[in-house]
Amino acid sequence: MKEQEKMGLAAIIRNNEADILAEWIREQAAGQKRKDPIQEVEARRVSKEFLAASVEAMNSGASVEGREWDRVRDILSELSASRAAQGFSPSETARFVFSLKQPVFTRLRSELERDPKAFAEQVWLATTLIDNLGLFTMEAYQKSREGVIQRQQRELLELSTPVVQLWDDILALPLIGTLDSGRTQVVMESLLEKIVSTGASIAIIDITGVPTVDTLVAQHLMKTVAAARLMGADCIISGIRPQIAQTIVHLGVDLSAVTTKASLGDAFAVALKRTGLKVSREAD
Amino acid sequence: MERIPILRMGSCLLVTIQVDMHDQLALTLQDDLTQRIVRDKARGVLMDISSLDVVDSFIGRMISNIAAMSRILDAQTVVVGMQPAVAITLVELGLDLKGVRTALNVEKGMSLLQAAA
Amino acid sequence: MVRLRRRVRERAVAIGLSLVDQTKIVTAASELGRNTIQYGGGGQARISVAVNGTARGLSLQFADQGPGIADIELALTDGFTTGDGLGLGLSGARRLCDEFEIQSQPGQGTRVTIVRWKPF
Repeated sequence: MKEQEKMGLAAIIRNNEADILAEWIREQAAGQKRKDPIQEVEARRVSKEFLAASVEAMNSGASVEGREWDRVRDILSELSASRAAQGFSPSETARFVFSLKQPVFTRLRSELERDPKAFAEQVWLATTLIDNLGLFTMEAYQKSREGVIQRQQRELLELSTPVVQLWDDILALPLIGTLDSGRTQVVMESLLEKIVSTGASIAIIDITGVPTVDTLVAQHLMKTVAAARLMGADCIISGIRPQIAQTIVHLGVDLSAVTTKASLGDAFAVALKRTGLKVSREAD
Repeated sequence: MERIPILRMGSCLLVTIQVDMHDQLALTLQDDLTQRIVRDKARGVLMDISSLDVVDSFIGRMISNIAAMSRILDAQTVVVGMQPAVAITLVELGLDLKGVRTALNVEKGMSLLQAAA
Repeated sequence: MVRLRRRVRERAVAIGLSLVDQTKIVTAASELGRNTIQYGGGGQARISVAVNGTARGLSLQFADQGPGIADIELALTDGFTTGDGLGLGLSGARRLCDEFEIQSQPGQGTRVTIVRWKPF
């Protein structure tokens, strides 16, 4: 029953494609504050693609959550991402989908005016479909924005990686602020990269500036130390404050395999000794 | 049959693994190395894995085996050049390569071996 | 095996996984592929792109018609092995992936599916 209904809608759209497209594009442009010829060409292309893909998906008779609608969703995701990047608002972006309603309803009415029952059914179908896709578009827009922000954060982190080379063989990584799982991972990965690029044998991870440490962060720290050891470098953790020491014990993290020192200075002294260096005062 | 070349540098043997090894090649390497340690009376084995971008549990075991067998034959093994992505993956995998000494590069690996000899 | 690793690496690079994520899934594929050959008597590996809304990932499926696994929980513990391996294949692969699913019964073969998602 549902299949036939959908095919009715699909057939009507297909038969009136050119008209619907023209009117739809006009509706899209009406809501836009900026007029841009390149934008218009692009909008025309995407609209045509979207319509064709939607008709195909409708013909399969599948519900909108099904795989048959993947192509349609892909088109919307791409559109959302590109509009988000260009600075369009969420509603401007979703308008792409919602503005399809009017042209479709107009055609439905002209094709089905003699059959009010069918008309009502098709309108309902079209409405739920378009609403569904419109909502999806807004979510895709949202995710895309979040993605951009996360990517920028990551790039910032990588650029500002606070790994300091204290001496030929010794690196220091002073961590500051609250660490979250994602940030910790990025920073730890870049520490390992720096170890390779500088050829350091010792890395001092200083957490004096870190107020709290949770299980996940502690685990990342331990994994990084283990990975560094596999690569042939040792890590020293310095700056563990009493509260953090308590947390670590409570969490059951095993630090016995890692050298820990109270301060960055102490850690540096140990590192120097390990690499066979000594700091001595010049006799004057 | 292709084999991984084993070079002799003084009293040490240098093995540079540059290809993604299939299982048989790894096993052959184990055999070859053991024989060469005895034949050349080697005191040290340096395995350079800086070209390996994947180390799974099979290769991991090969490395541990080589280290264990060398030790029995009175030679030290040092593995050098592990890539960061590989190290992170091995830790996640749960492979700890206990009993295998590591160094960052061939230079540091050689000084480790020489210090131990 | 080498070919499997190479194909997985290519697909992982193609969908834009980071180097560490690529390495993780290639290593997981190596573990599971070896299991399929060693215990399953050979089987099929299928690589595909996973989609979940706007998220993208790499999905691998290993299927064999071998003897199957009687006690899956046991097989998933570290160090358990019926061969002479390290016993890290299944459990290790699970740790390396975002999603891990295994279906197996004695006499009915084994199927393992793993997914590594691409974070933004």
